[in-house]
Amino acid sequence: MESDPLEGAAEISQPRVIEPGYTISTVTDKISSIVLGQRQRPGWFLGFGVSFLLLMMLLYAVTVLFAIGVGIWGVNIPVGWGFAIVNFVWWIGIGHAGTLISAILLLLHQKWRTSINRTAEAMTIFAVLCAGMFPVLHLGRPWLAYWLFPYPNTMWYWPQFRSPLVWDVFAVSTYLTVSLLFWFVGLIPDLATLRDRARTRAKQIVYGFLAMGWRGSAVHWKRYEMTSLLLAGLATPLVISVHTVVSFDFATAIVPGWHTTIFPPYFVAGAIYSGFAMVLCLAIPLRKFYRLEDFITTRHLDNMGKIMLATGLIVAYGYMMEAFMAFYSADIYERYVTLNRMAGPYAAVYWCLIAFNVVVPQALWSRRVRTTVPALFTLALIINCGMWLERFVIVVISLHRDFMPSIWRMYAPTRWDWMTLFGSIGLFLTLLYLFIRYLPMISIFEMRSLVTETEGERR
Amino acid sequence: MAQVFHHSTNLISRLTIYGFFLLLIVGGFIPYWIDGSPYVTEANVPKVQPVPFSHKHHTAELGIDCRYCHTSVEESSFAGLPPTETCMTCHSQIWKNSPILEPVRQSFREDRSIEWVRVNALPEFVYFDHSIHVAKGIGCTTCHGPIGAMPLTWAENSLKMSWCLDCHRHPENNVRPKDEVFSISYQPPAHQLELGTKLVKEYKIYSLTDCWTCHR
Repeated sequence: MESDPLEGAAEISQPRVIEPGYTISTVTDKISSIVLGQRQRPGWFLGFGVSFLLLMMLLYAVTVLFAIGVGIWGVNIPVGWGFAIVNFVWWIGIGHAGTLISAILLLLHQKWRTSINRTAEAMTIFAVLCAGMFPVLHLGRPWLAYWLFPYPNTMWYWPQFRSPLVWDVFAVSTYLTVSLLFWFVGLIPDLATLRDRARTRAKQIVYGFLAMGWRGSAVHWKRYEMTSLLLAGLATPLVISVHTVVSFDFATAIVPGWHTTIFPPYFVAGAIYSGFAMVLCLAIPLRKFYRLEDFITTRHLDNMGKIMLATGLIVAYGYMMEAFMAFYSADIYERYVTLNRMAGPYAAVYWCLIAFNVVVPQALWSRRVRTTVPALFTLALIINCGMWLERFVIVVISLHRDFMPSIWRMYAPTRWDWMTLFGSIGLFLTLLYLFIRYLPMISIFEMRSLVTETEGERR
Repeated sequence: MAQVFHHSTNLISRLTIYGFFLLLIVGGFIPYWIDGSPYVTEANVPKVQPVPFSHKHHTAELGIDCRYCHTSVEESSFAGLPPTETCMTCHSQIWKNSPILEPVRQSFREDRSIEWVRVNALPEFVYFDHSIHVAKGIGCTTCHGPIGAMPLTWAENSLKMSWCLDCHRHPENNVRPKDEVFSISYQPPAHQLELGTKLVKEYKIYSLTDCWTCHR
């Protein structure tokens, strides 16, 4: 990478992206030993155990759901979209930070992304898996979910291509495919490192199989660079498009509170907002427990805090415009929905959302907050809760009072709803624990090149 | 360092990568072929009945009208299965000692219906009405095939939704003049498309392909 002297000057004043004193081999040792180390720390087993229990709870809740049906949930007319869709939108939003970090920041040559992109990409994939589960679960006959795809069938019928719900299927499955490919391609050189360092035959075979014969020749690297640039180019529009399509699920419907043109940009900003909050929620404990403070420095935390602040302000603008347009439009239903959000039976949820997503994150203006780890972690947790509440407000509050007062009805989640929500967090964490156990959570070869570059700067 | 894999792994990995995509495409079509095949639909498979009733003999050879037995086809969703009394209008006089007709006589004596085996079965979630099809110029043989050539009756068509939609999307390919509806020897003319288009307009046939047309 060509270095601009001015850019270097700017970086000197900031904390480093990697602490000094590391060489190519110590970086490799430190990261690969987490995976290849003989004994895993007891903390890992504890965390994995708790996550796995939550996952089993999900399995139980889903089994009961499939056996009995969606009647076990709190959904009913008029609130036909309850927790399932709230959780779907929440999870899919969380995934967006990974793609933003890995694709857009790669194309923009942001070096600081190196140590967090692997975990963020893994987070994307796991979040999309959690998200993709919910639309299938909320189907009355989930075993017919494949009807959403245009497969050769004797009915001679395509899915309804005019429906954004079908666009969703394509958006989410494309997203999952591209993210998975991107992640896997980025892993190949590191998998080869693990293959070469593995001591047991079984590990050699598994990592060797996944490394697909990587030898690190110049041709390999050339192709690797080309592929990751291409994939980054493919993934970049997805950051915008996926959540735009998700917002169309709402925006193309005529339900007051959903039918607004601001939804696509404000959903995308919200997605990146919650995604970075989730990256922080994961990165902060990881760097602590695995002593990776030298790789994931306060510089990273500071940068992510700034991105959260920026996207949070866009989201706040979205809330403001939603309320403003409701009154400016002079549409009595829009006005009513907005008033109902602010002063209706679910008003507490709305004001919590405003507090969590708009008021509290203003603390991020302070540099001290952005570099104080516990404060940032707490803020990230609050924002994640706030973004979940936002989807609850959009889905439930807009639906529970329809045009006709005769069908107004309150929505309350049942214990199965909660079990599925926390169970999906269990699925996410279980996958994450397996990931940090069996794959390098920081890109080894990119850190190596970062070491060489920072050395060059010092000389 | 020793090689982890044998040299032949290169070939195997290529085969599995390309094979996966091939499998994906072929795998999509295999269920399609099976689902549309006579193995599943039982189209063109003659059914064994308690009495070997021949539509060929009764219609083509004797010239009995469809409606002599299937009496409600013009008024009802169900074309109607004849009661044993209908059979006995003739068979109390002719072939009255034939052993193969014994189940018919037994049914008449004991006042119990003959248990015919259903040939054309639509799923229960499909609403189908014979009367409207007959009234709009869709002939019996259009769906039921060359009934005058069936010694034992078989279903001529798959009754798959694709088959229904084929005609619902393009009725002009199949519609015939109303006075030919019950003809078992009618053959579509060479200018069927021209005639069909004219009749569609004349009979006010709408291409009904909404879900709720059939799934009510």
